[in-house]
Amino acid sequence: MIFPPELEARFDKMLKAYPEGRQRSAVIPMLMYAQDAIGMVTPELVQEVARRCGVTALQVDEVVGYYTMLHRKPFGRHHIQVCTNISCMLRGGEELLAHASKRLGIGNREATADGQFSLEEVECIGACSWAPALIDNYEFHHSVTPEKLDQLIDSLQKKAQ
Amino acid sequence: MRLYNEPNPLEVKILTRRFGITNSHTLDVYLQNDGFQAFQKALGMKPDQIIDEMKASGLRGRGGAGFPAGMKWSFVPRSSPKPKYIVVNADESEPGTCKDRLLMEYDPIQMIEGMMIAGLAIDSHKAYVYVRGEYRYLIDLLDRVIDELYARGWLGKSIHGSGFDFDVYTHTGAGSYECGEETALLDSLEGKRGVPRLKPPFPAVAGAWASPTLLTNVETFSAVPAIIRDGGAAFAALGTPRNGGTRMFCLSGHIERPGVYELPMGFNLLQMINEVGGGVRGGRKLKAVVPGGSSCPVLKADECDIAMDFDALAKAKSMLGSGGVVILDETTCMVKFAMRIMKFYAHESCGWCIPCREGTAWLKKTLIRFHDGHGTSKDIDLIDDIAKNMLGRTFCALGDAAAMPTISIVEKFRDEFEAYLAKSSTTVRVPELTVV
Ligand SMILES: Cc1cc2nc3c(=O)[nH]c(=O)nc-3n(C[C@H](O)[C@H](O)[C@H](O)COP(=O)(O)O)c2cc1C
Ligand code: FES
Repeated sequence: MIFPPELEARFDKMLKAYPEGRQRSAVIPMLMYAQDAIGMVTPELVQEVARRCGVTALQVDEVVGYYTMLHRKPFGRHHIQVCTNISCMLRGGEELLAHASKRLGIGNREATADGQFSLEEVECIGACSWAPALIDNYEFHHSVTPEKLDQLIDSLQKKAQ
Repeated sequence: MRLYNEPNPLEVKILTRRFGITNSHTLDVYLQNDGFQAFQKALGMKPDQIIDEMKASGLRGRGGAGFPAGMKWSFVPRSSPKPKYIVVNADESEPGTCKDRLLMEYDPIQMIEGMMIAGLAIDSHKAYVYVRGEYRYLIDLLDRVIDELYARGWLGKSIHGSGFDFDVYTHTGAGSYECGEETALLDSLEGKRGVPRLKPPFPAVAGAWASPTLLTNVETFSAVPAIIRDGGAAFAALGTPRNGGTRMFCLSGHIERPGVYELPMGFNLLQMINEVGGGVRGGRKLKAVVPGGSSCPVLKADECDIAMDFDALAKAKSMLGSGGVVILDETTCMVKFAMRIMKFYAHESCGWCIPCREGTAWLKKTLIRFHDGHGTSKDIDLIDDIAKNMLGRTFCALGDAAAMPTISIVEKFRDEFEAYLAKSSTTVRVPELTVV
């Protein structure tokens, strides 16, 4: 597989960041950045990361199965991650998740038919003092109300048109 | 959105002193505001002198366990045939905790300067910042800052002609609470599943790639420049005996002014809630407080007149933990609270050891059933019993982290559990028994 030039440069740098012979360390970062570029972890990506890091495909596969941010199914173009852990729960995180689910017509870890949105209930995302919080791909949204969530979805839908 | 608050008059701003200055994350602003003075001073000190200042500061690890930082530094062997490494724990995923984010967003170079000073003290020249995957924007920010530091001679070979080499790299996690546990973090850094290692050997002796490794939380490293610049004694004097300095307290939950505040160690919890946080939301009554992240035993309202330091909380059979102070008002259902906490730990248990893997799953199942209105008369004791049997018997502290709050909730709010159960037969919440 060949990745866009910036990503190739990042991978070159990444492989040199770890001590000689320890390139296995690049497995998780490489999977994460590559997944962002191609949308999910494919069997080809597993092979490719294994080749580049000098490990077996099985060693890469085991890692994919462990980490919740690595996924073998595509998410929507906007992956909405709503926190319902304690600080968010105390300030309406569960209601927010239910609202998102109703508005988008999808359940936890599902995607809309047009591939525009997917939804996930997540554990604490480090935004407890600005609860309830959610992440859209990698972007944080704080003190979110159902109205604010509607506005966000509206604006993302508009952008997509 | 700006994440720091308007300074509160009760705050003592040491680590957050540059917050609020425009572009506080950039090298120029850092240099204009005492940046790298501590590093320059440390260049003229012997490693032992640096470690002695750290010991004198009374700084204790801000990741959760509160281990004395100076002592940890001194455990790294002096001479080692293998290279030594520095690893920053920026996995920040203890529910209720959101402080490391601010330190990296508004003053990343302060943390890096702390790592460099640690490098001088333990003779290490390579450092990795392990950042949770969700904080990608911070990884990007750190990468830009690091590039600038290299470009301007503050990282790399012989920093500003000192002969001291230092390299820093970021490393992304991929979604796992367990990877905040130090040895699981090291396995994750090595490209494996985040499963804990047997201790000893401790990371100071055999850590990353089986080499001596100093692994410390973001906030702990961020405190180092102030300690070296102004002296360990000055830092110690800000706090209480054996609990030096200030720390970042993350107020969340049912509170008027949630936010992250820097307060002296030993600050009174009630004062924190009422005067810093503006009181319980909506003027309601306080019910309980999680003093340091969801792993800590909860304090009942009448236990909250307490000094927030490691020792006072240990005496009250709780923990200062990671600084996540979650306020619960009188409307909070403790059954539901206990259930939500256990869902988290069951989800995050890595599955390596049986008491944690089976214990959290069993507790989750029982608590969900109880919450849904299908509790039995034996359940309250069962919950208490399972949790107590996990305590101290798991491979790493995740099992304890799940057991401790559960035991405290069941013990301190047993009446509420009993009343809930008594009502269950008439108010079944979920008609069908949930199979988890
Ligand atoms: C399950 C579990 C999760 C942890 N998560 C974190 C974390 O997210 N950040 C952190 O700094 N320490 C975390 N710790 C504590 C670390 O194991 C370690 O004690 C700490 O990073 C050491 O740094 P310190 O000495 O600066 O506190 C966790 C511990 C356990 C058992
Ligand atoms: S509990 Fe939701 S961000 Fe921490």
